[in-house]
Amino acid sequence: MATRGFFGRHREPDAADRLPPGQHLTHDFPVLSAGPTPRVKTDTWRFTLKDGVRPVATWNWAEFNALPQTKFLRDIHCVTTWSKFDTNWEGVLVDDVLEAAGLDASTPYVLAHAYDGYSTNVPFADLTHGKAMVALRYEGQPITPEHGGPARLLVPHLYFWKSAKWINGIQFTTRDEAGFWELRGYHIYGDPWKEQRFTGD
Amino acid sequence: MTELTPNIIPAANAIRWQKATISAIEHNTPRVSSFWFKPAEPFAFKAGQHADIRLTAPDGYRAQRSYSIASAPEHNEAIELTIERLDDGEVSPFFHEVAQVGDEIELRGPLGGHFVWSVNNGGPLLLIGGGSGVVPLMSMLRHRAVQNSDVPALLFYSARIWDEVIFRDELLKMHEAGRGFELAFSITREPARRPVDFSRRIDMPIIADLLKRLPANPTVAYICGSNRFVENAAQGLIDAGLPPPLIRTERYGV
Repeated sequence: MATRGFFGRHREPDAADRLPPGQHLTHDFPVLSAGPTPRVKTDTWRFTLKDGVRPVATWNWAEFNALPQTKFLRDIHCVTTWSKFDTNWEGVLVDDVLEAAGLDASTPYVLAHAYDGYSTNVPFADLTHGKAMVALRYEGQPITPEHGGPARLLVPHLYFWKSAKWINGIQFTTRDEAGFWELRGYHIYGDPWKEQRFTGD
Repeated sequence: MTELTPNIIPAANAIRWQKATISAIEHNTPRVSSFWFKPAEPFAFKAGQHADIRLTAPDGYRAQRSYSIASAPEHNEAIELTIERLDDGEVSPFFHEVAQVGDEIELRGPLGGHFVWSVNNGGPLLLIGGGSGVVPLMSMLRHRAVQNSDVPALLFYSARIWDEVIFRDELLKMHEAGRGFELAFSITREPARRPVDFSRRIDMPIIADLLKRLPANPTVAYICGSNRFVENAAQGLIDAGLPPPLIRTERYGV
């Protein structure tokens, strides 16, 4: 259904094949979150890997920064319809976190947990083989608190609510357990190329 | 944040796009207008939720944006979306320059299961809005009024100038009616108009003053506006001793 009198803004030809359906390009970096920005200090920061309720490995800030560091140059896509191209991140691949813990996939699903109580569910296969990292730096600088610093999950091939800010752990779960926004109507998986914004999309 | 979820809205079944007809347009301020959409199918929502709008160009290109609902959930035969004109925007200029009563627009919702309040959630309720961030808070206040609720509520609403205060006369009337509703404007680029108002950006003395106007500490606070505004207000409430899980925020996207 064409909307009477709507023609849309000038399309950026280069952007066309990089923009998922329903997205538009932004050059800012908008901040969205459901609550206040927590002030997480690196001297008390911990990252915990859990198998169900059982903690299997924990790192402090120095230990986590000593893990192999990887760079990502990726486009990111927010469910609120903005996309941002060529964002530079540096951090620890989830593959490397698991290797450091000497752990294989124990279940097919995980929940990422954050300092503010936020959580989001991701199939384990979407975090491995170089697809996701725990990011520690953005554009060469420590990640600012409002963008999820000191550390956030980065799963750039899914809508950005999956890239949990202020991450403090990853938990293996036996079922695909809905996280914070997934419980509130957001899509359980969130593929921007299939426009999986909300339940049923 | 997840500790306190009495008003969680569970995942609904598929939220489908539907056609809605613009049934009325009203200019609120020089840059803000309200558009009433009459949905083809029933549209039951909670105060604080939003709707997505999708516009389609003749070549199939689509633009989609979220807008908060301003009207009370009790009046859902036509829902009021209050839209600020963003000069470099793509969808808001369409509404301000092109859209007319009778136009059919694609819409879906309601969306958003966290920034919601109903009288059953109780209070005291603290609402803090900056600019068009007042819109979802207005839905909560209208809901409270329709329900004849006496849950103590306070709205702090910051705008640059008096003539940019959206819903100004309605809010002033609501304030005069009393019933446990307190209203404080802050007009940042002009002198305060009323003794209870301010004329500066939100800060700790303002927050301390506001908290004294409620009969008890708020049990829930909703903040909506630009990211900078929301950050300042939320941090201020935390510094004033409010537990972070009580504070719900919504920030303008793009």
